[in-house]
Amino acid sequence: MKFTLSWLKEHLDTNAGVDEIAQTLTGIGLEVEEILNPAKELSGFITAKVEDLQDHPDSDHLHILKVNTGKETLQIVCGAPNVKLGMVGVLAPVGTLIPAFGEKIQVGKIRGVESFGMMCSEKELGIGEDHNGIIILPEDTPLGLNIADVLNTDPVIEIAITPNRAECLGVRGVARDLAAAGLGKLKPLKISSQNNEFKSPINVTVEDFKACPTYVGRYIRNVNNKADTPKWMKDRLTAIGLRTISPLVDITNYINYDLARPLHVFDADKIKGNICVRMAKEGEKFISLEDKEYTLDNQSLGICDDDGVQCLGGIMGGAEKGCTEDTCNVFLECALFAPECIARTGRKFQIDSDSRYRYERWVDPMSNVMGSDYATQLILNICGGEASKQIIVGEEKCEPKVAYIRPERIKNFVGIDVSTDRIVEILTKLGFEVSVEKDKIKAVSPTWRGDIDGEHDLVEEVVRMVGLDAIPAKTLPCDAFPKQVLTSAQRRVITVKHELAARGMLETVTWSFTDSKNAEMFLNGKEKVALCNPITSELDIMRPSVLPNLLLGLKNNIARGYANVSLFEVGPEFYGRKPKEQNLVAGGIRSGQTSKKHWSGDVRSYDVFDAKADALAVIAAANGPFENAQITTDAPSYYHPGRSGVLRLGKNVLAYFGELHPNVLKKFGLKQKVVAFEVIMDNIPLPRGGADKARKKLELSLFQPLDKDMAFVVNKDVRAIDVVMAARNADKNHITDVRVFDVYEGENLPEGKKSLALAITFQPLESTFSDADIEVLMNKVEQAIKAKFDAQLRDS
Amino acid sequence: MENLEDLKIQTLKAIDNATDSKILDEVRVSVLGKKGAITELMKSLASFSVEEKKEMGKKLNILKTEIENALETKKEALATAELNAKLEAERIDVTLPIRPENQGRIHPVSKIYEEVVSIFGEMGFEVAEGPDIEDQFHNFNALNMPANHPARQMQDTFYVPNPESADFDDSYVVRTHTSPVQIRTMENKKPPIRIIAPGRTYRSDYDATHTPMFHQVEGLVIDKNITMAHLKGCLYDFVKAFFELDDIPVRYRPSYFPFTEPSAEMDIGCKKSKTELKIGAGTDWLEILGCGMVHPNVLRAGGIDPDEYQGFAFGVGIDRLAMLKYGIPDLRTFFESDVRWLKHYGFLPLDESSMTGGLSNNGGAAR
Repeated sequence: MKFTLSWLKEHLDTNAGVDEIAQTLTGIGLEVEEILNPAKELSGFITAKVEDLQDHPDSDHLHILKVNTGKETLQIVCGAPNVKLGMVGVLAPVGTLIPAFGEKIQVGKIRGVESFGMMCSEKELGIGEDHNGIIILPEDTPLGLNIADVLNTDPVIEIAITPNRAECLGVRGVARDLAAAGLGKLKPLKISSQNNEFKSPINVTVEDFKACPTYVGRYIRNVNNKADTPKWMKDRLTAIGLRTISPLVDITNYINYDLARPLHVFDADKIKGNICVRMAKEGEKFISLEDKEYTLDNQSLGICDDDGVQCLGGIMGGAEKGCTEDTCNVFLECALFAPECIARTGRKFQIDSDSRYRYERWVDPMSNVMGSDYATQLILNICGGEASKQIIVGEEKCEPKVAYIRPERIKNFVGIDVSTDRIVEILTKLGFEVSVEKDKIKAVSPTWRGDIDGEHDLVEEVVRMVGLDAIPAKTLPCDAFPKQVLTSAQRRVITVKHELAARGMLETVTWSFTDSKNAEMFLNGKEKVALCNPITSELDIMRPSVLPNLLLGLKNNIARGYANVSLFEVGPEFYGRKPKEQNLVAGGIRSGQTSKKHWSGDVRSYDVFDAKADALAVIAAANGPFENAQITTDAPSYYHPGRSGVLRLGKNVLAYFGELHPNVLKKFGLKQKVVAFEVIMDNIPLPRGGADKARKKLELSLFQPLDKDMAFVVNKDVRAIDVVMAARNADKNHITDVRVFDVYEGENLPEGKKSLALAITFQPLESTFSDADIEVLMNKVEQAIKAKFDAQLRDS
Repeated sequence: MENLEDLKIQTLKAIDNATDSKILDEVRVSVLGKKGAITELMKSLASFSVEEKKEMGKKLNILKTEIENALETKKEALATAELNAKLEAERIDVTLPIRPENQGRIHPVSKIYEEVVSIFGEMGFEVAEGPDIEDQFHNFNALNMPANHPARQMQDTFYVPNPESADFDDSYVVRTHTSPVQIRTMENKKPPIRIIAPGRTYRSDYDATHTPMFHQVEGLVIDKNITMAHLKGCLYDFVKAFFELDDIPVRYRPSYFPFTEPSAEMDIGCKKSKTELKIGAGTDWLEILGCGMVHPNVLRAGGIDPDEYQGFAFGVGIDRLAMLKYGIPDLRTFFESDVRWLKHYGFLPLDESSMTGGLSNNGGAAR
């Protein structure tokens, strides 16, 4: 909401300056967003007349001017296309600071000709956007005047209006609030009844009083829409960014911003028959004044004549029956429309207008007759003509809204004492009808306030007028000794993030949305959750996996020259559209090499075992069963079928890991191998009895353990982990660790066979092992493995 | 016996001149070996009288000890020199870079989460969570925003169709704020309530200062005697702790949110220049969060009697907090996964946050 200082003072009798007004506005909840005070910037500019105009000898567009300032005549070089001999313009003499450039004008030489100043455009002065030419002032403007006295330099104030303060979408509402805050007195409105004897030849019927409770119409004949909109009105409208069009349109716009009172003017001669306010027929067409065609439904309220819908009630006028400069008879509409109906239709057809904005919030139900009279008054003054008697369909009425406020409640709710007298004063100034009862104050809302429903609303009115600064700050009473506030599930998410970062991965955060074109491959049986209104087609579904966005991140990094990337994200993936159909996932990718090339040669490509290690590290950091998890090879199809795995507890999937499928990478335009993991945090069981943090007792042997190597030749498809487990289980008490230190297939081995070399740690418990003891144990391992697999012990 | 003196001088000289252990050993053998000079003299003692034997033997022993000492000293000196020469030959260029190590980073959004939890945790706030996809009841209606409420439009909501109903009001929404967690908390917990709800939030807006996804932390305090004075105290304590300042100017402006009344926006004092923003001093104000006393309709929607309980709520942008505290200029860059950005603005894995141990920068220097 924008207005100018002079406009405000039309309603408010005050001596306060712009700064004080701005401070008060912000203090009472009408937040000042911007103040444009052009006069502040304009010092040194003067009016001057072009008395001689010659072409520049070395240019096809520059001119050499002799400019009279009333005191002296200066030579100025000027490139403006609209400069004319005899015109009066705005001169910046040498030394003037140009706001648009932030620099002072100096004596210059332009293609060999000296110039002692500059003729200015609106843009250079910072008072407008027009940069097509220099400012042309009326020819009778005196010369040498300070430009602030000539141009419109009314300060413009822009404030943010919250949805509850509809009346402040008019300057008068703002003025009333300022008066209530003690910044002057609200001036009375001077609107007189404009009723004449002659009857409107156009009649009005309303079919739906729920959507349109009141309709006030008036016929005005013999108006002149070619008349000039008065300068004061033009200046104000221009200052707040509205285009002036014709006096009739300007007047309705002006009242919309002056009193937050929307109006509409029809060209009466174009109206066929009478006006009917009714719901549109299903499929009925409407062409807006912006020349857009809409196909309406039967819940859209139309202002109609015999030709159909001419105006989308309270939202937007139509193209066909509006006013032009030849309009001579008009029909003026000032009506009330129900917010629900306006909101629905506006939202359905996505039409935004100043009128919709106001109706949707609240328009004073008692302002129809008054608004119509005000508009009539201005039309008659500006365009002449003769007004008919008002047609009033639907009684103008407003149920009085009553609320009570207790001074004690302010104390208990807000924490300050405000006296009854002060409460009464504030509410009265805001327009409430106030009466003091025994221990409470009764307040009847003014009709322009639709937002007061109960005591809490009145408390807010009082508080914003008293000022929030008056409330003391009291520290929240807290336990002297704070307790843990994070649950185990929350705590472990933090640990997991730090673990992955400690493993050299960079944490990222990517959209919860992703591109359905890429994500299709990642669905893995999940429902595709598409948005109705995605912001772009690349972010059109809720992501079924964190990986697609990480892959995009990888791709962008490669494009920037960073090809060795380890990224992870802990965030949601979505498997359904209903609330809670989501999992928290810790996912990551690694691609490229462990580092750029290095003198040590200690560089390798990331492979599936990095992803597996990451997944296991996450499970371990989450205090999950990382040692007991089973490994299967049925990872989703976006993984490489032969180089991926699933970590699980029975049916419960803890994690996927592996190389990503080359087809997936192709889809993303990725040429380098990528390994990935996804740990489903929600599937990792929480430790039972979480409070007990005591560790298992550490049992240390007195005897040194002994490492022995044993190699087995087994079939190629035998899983390493099964051989390791068989060895381990051969004697659980004495075998504490089994590691695979070599995997070999090829020469010296039969086709279809491989050799697995195990390093086995034997731990003596009661006494040091004898050679015979070791032999027994190694024999146990050999037998255990041979029993399970078609295996041969290799001679070492 | 002058011979002995000569022998001594010659031998010591030979020891001194020895340039390596081999030559030194030859010297030793020539004097102390089986046929060495001293050995020979010792043997010859047998032919002397007892008196002479005694005197001569003593002298020889002294000489022998002297030479042995000299040999030993020289041997050590030679060994040291040889080792030094060997070590010198082993010299390598230690200015070569270390083996590659990859140090990861924690994203600023996670870091701010940890800082905020540390601060509010100290005040007894628990952390509540809720789903990213919500029904309209929890996201709007229960928060005093019935259908057609103008504030709904201000939120640029993403919708997810509900296949079970054609009615637009039944479609799901991607939550526009973390406020629905307030309702879910009240549905499951009786007062007193003290929670913060951090999380992802979504609005259909994308420009220099808006992204379609961002992060918010919502706070809710419900008890019997909580007033707006507590709201001011709590938020002042928070911003002071968060920005790690002893004092910070704050200002409240009345505002409007459907779910609180009275509502306010909180500004903090700062100094703005073209190149810098300094929090905590100066004459400018910076909007930081929205807050207010919980609207009675919201309490009712959560099953709490507004005549018995009251309290306050607030909401603050996590990304915005990160930008202000750590001087990150552009919101959009938070979500771009640019490794250069993550390395630069991210935090070290060991940089843990706590109120007593410090909120940040105690985890060592970045490598």
